[in-house]
Amino acid sequence: MSQKLEKLIDKKGLRLDGRKPDELRSIKIEMGLSSNADGSAYIEQGKNKILAAVFGPRELHPKHLALQNRMVLKCRYHMAPFSVQERKSPAPSRREIELSKVIREALEPSIFLDYYPRTGIDIFVEVLQADGSTRCASIVAASLALADAGIPMRDLVVACSAGKVDDTIILDLMDVEDKLGTADVPVALMPNLNVITLLQMDGILTLEEFEKAVNLALEGCKKIYELQKDVLRDKYVSVKEEVEE
Amino acid sequence: MPTFFERKQLVTPGDLIAEGDYIAGENAYSENNKIYASRIGIVDYENKRVNVVALRAFYIPKAGDVVIGTVIEVGFSGWTLDINAPYLALLRASDVLSRPFKPQKDELSQVLDMGDLIVAKIAAYDRTHDPQLTVAEPGLGKITRGQIVKITPTKVRRVIGRKGSMISIIKQETGCQIILGLNGVILVTGKNVEDEELAVMAIRKIEEESHTSGLTDRITQMLREGKTKRSEIKE
Repeated sequence: MSQKLEKLIDKKGLRLDGRKPDELRSIKIEMGLSSNADGSAYIEQGKNKILAAVFGPRELHPKHLALQNRMVLKCRYHMAPFSVQERKSPAPSRREIELSKVIREALEPSIFLDYYPRTGIDIFVEVLQADGSTRCASIVAASLALADAGIPMRDLVVACSAGKVDDTIILDLMDVEDKLGTADVPVALMPNLNVITLLQMDGILTLEEFEKAVNLALEGCKKIYELQKDVLRDKYVSVKEEVEE
Repeated sequence: MPTFFERKQLVTPGDLIAEGDYIAGENAYSENNKIYASRIGIVDYENKRVNVVALRAFYIPKAGDVVIGTVIEVGFSGWTLDINAPYLALLRASDVLSRPFKPQKDELSQVLDMGDLIVAKIAAYDRTHDPQLTVAEPGLGKITRGQIVKITPTKVRRVIGRKGSMISIIKQETGCQIILGLNGVILVTGKNVEDEELAVMAIRKIEEESHTSGLTDRITQMLREGKTKRSEIKE
């Protein structure tokens, strides 16, 4: 791959889609799209299109999975067959199973799991179109879906990735940058409590570079968090303004 | 002891509401002497207690609550009901039948079958056992007619209104009987379908605009307009 002399950052210091190294892709979030689920959220981050839906807390099936002292969180990350260039088999792949676990563990610390024992929460994340950093966008959407379902939470969870391409540390990697770049560092954060719930690294970075990447990702998280809060409030604020004018 | 939100302001999960000598009330939690919100909702202070009136939540059973449930399973000695809560509720056959219950003789599905709607009271509930229901009180039992509306359970209080003001307006204006299940399921029974639909519309409007002020007046206006419109169409 590295033989392919594609410059990921041009002479002006801009990336392939014209972004600065520390710039996020444009993000659009919508809430409550799925009326059948208890809570749902849809996120478009650049070319990423991801729908997250939450059911529960509800009776767990099969029943033997239920725990006597806390809720069970179940998560399914799934990519639609049409989400990537070449058709993806709809059967869950090794990667999807791993991401399901990673997303679940990133969200678990934010939920008061001991409030409703013997029940379960189901999170379904459906990637309709993928363009890099889908795990981060999935966490952002899933956390909003949990809040929409009225599940008691310590904080919202935001996630954002940083990485290194062409010897530059960049924010919010897209697919090409992820594949051709040197490293990718996804980070998930509970901003109010200042707790990191996910930190991974794929690639090679020096210690200084790693620190810089994490800090950049945290900056990105905080920007997305503001957006997340606005979306959550929007629905209620607009109704209030409409009727009270 | 600063507070970071005023009364009636909107908060999202994780928002720091107050710091210092406060107690976390409904939908709030405290950590290191700081009070945070745990659900999206509206802030309310009650002396030292910080409450968040949730805009999105689900129903948690409480002994003594009247709820409306659907039969989802007919068992050997009773029924399992979906009461719109994280836990399924149990209704014992001996509670429904006035005579002694004999498993060999009685066919339970002839008394209550799958899909039947039931107004019931929660007899007992704790975190280690599923809630127990009872229908052995006047006004409780199988629903035979009317319409069902489902709303977010936390907004039932708003439908009732201050000292029942809201609910009595709807009853008065539409002439419908309304049974409020505290689990967010509401039964509306009227003389005709039009009356019921008007009441259902009003309840939906309350759910949507529960966090705004001057709602009672707007509902009254809506109901009156709805009635005049209907009489115009008839003429």
